[in-house]
Amino acid sequence: MSSEQDPLFGLISTFALLSLFAIGGANAAVPEMHRIAVEIHHWMTEKQFADAFAISQLSPGPNVLIVTLIGYAVAGVPGALGATLAMCVPTAVLAYVVSRRLARSGASRWPAVIRAALVPLSIGLMAASGLIVAEAADKTWLAALVTVAVAIVAATTRLNPLWLLLAGGALGFAGVI
Amino acid sequence: MSSQSPPAAVPAPATNPVPPGLIALFAAFAKMSLSGFGGVLVFARRAIVDEHRWMTAEEFNETYALCHFLPGPNVVNLSVVFGSRFRGVAGGVAAFAGLVGPPMALVTLLAALYAHFGEVDALRRSLAGVTCAAAGLLLSAVIRMMAPLVKKREILLLLVMLAVFVAIGWLRLPLPWVLLVAAPVSIGVSFAARRPAA
Repeated sequence: MSSEQDPLFGLISTFALLSLFAIGGANAAVPEMHRIAVEIHHWMTEKQFADAFAISQLSPGPNVLIVTLIGYAVAGVPGALGATLAMCVPTAVLAYVVSRRLARSGASRWPAVIRAALVPLSIGLMAASGLIVAEAADKTWLAALVTVAVAIVAATTRLNPLWLLLAGGALGFAGVI
Repeated sequence: MSSQSPPAAVPAPATNPVPPGLIALFAAFAKMSLSGFGGVLVFARRAIVDEHRWMTAEEFNETYALCHFLPGPNVVNLSVVFGSRFRGVAGGVAAFAGLVGPPMALVTLLAALYAHFGEVDALRRSLAGVTCAAAGLLLSAVIRMMAPLVKKREILLLLVMLAVFVAIGWLRLPLPWVLLVAAPVSIGVSFAARRPAA
């Protein structure tokens, strides 16, 4: 596989393609990132992937920055930069072109049917992301319980998610989970 | 991360008549990005609509909806569409660079630290705990996004959702193939569901 010889090329082509299928944002593409980085190319271990996801969620900025961490793990700073740009630029160009078209044609919205159709796809992808991250993280019953508790608190309150992440980290640090 | 329809529009005052310059675009997006722990959208909305009044709440909602339903990172798309509306391609690049550049530099630094200290036991345990919570946050987004479909009893759309979940989460099938099958099915289902009402 070409990515074995030139990891940077493999990274860039992989994420450029993947970005076009990321319906519902970067978090919806987490399962495919996992499949590519852990299962196919063995760029990272399961634990490293889970840690990259954790660090990207803890950091400020858009969710897409998990690809920066994957890129760094594969090819250092050039990898971090290359993977991030590859994941952002193709769809940014697409968004630019589409928004120009729509502005010119006077239609500022997607047809309602398309919008309604994309919702279940992005929810299904997000649920798959949740499953894959939970599988990597929840090695004990107590850990799974924390995941469920966070899901309930976050779904029913307006608490800043950062506090929940930090609480999880504190429980981990204390050796509880 | 959240994907429900954007929050209800508050009657907004008229927008700022002076369009932002390139430096202002870069700085505003860098600021919202670096304050965006747990998602940038809330901060983007606050800065663009409330603080700078570059858009009305309604314009913002429509722009975000467009970016959300295009593939790729939503807020990144938003930065490009927003910046280019005011200052053409250069404006799109400035907003994009502000949004992605500074946090990317920070995350790259964290990646380097992780590469050195990732095996330290206390860090391993802490990150494992963070990941447990992060998985919960993903599930909470799923719960919130699903609620309207459940309320409206959109059984067929929920089945499409379930099929995508099983194909990707369980069977670990490649994303492009799953979407090439699921997207036409979903569009067909939505179209059929809409026709009687129309």
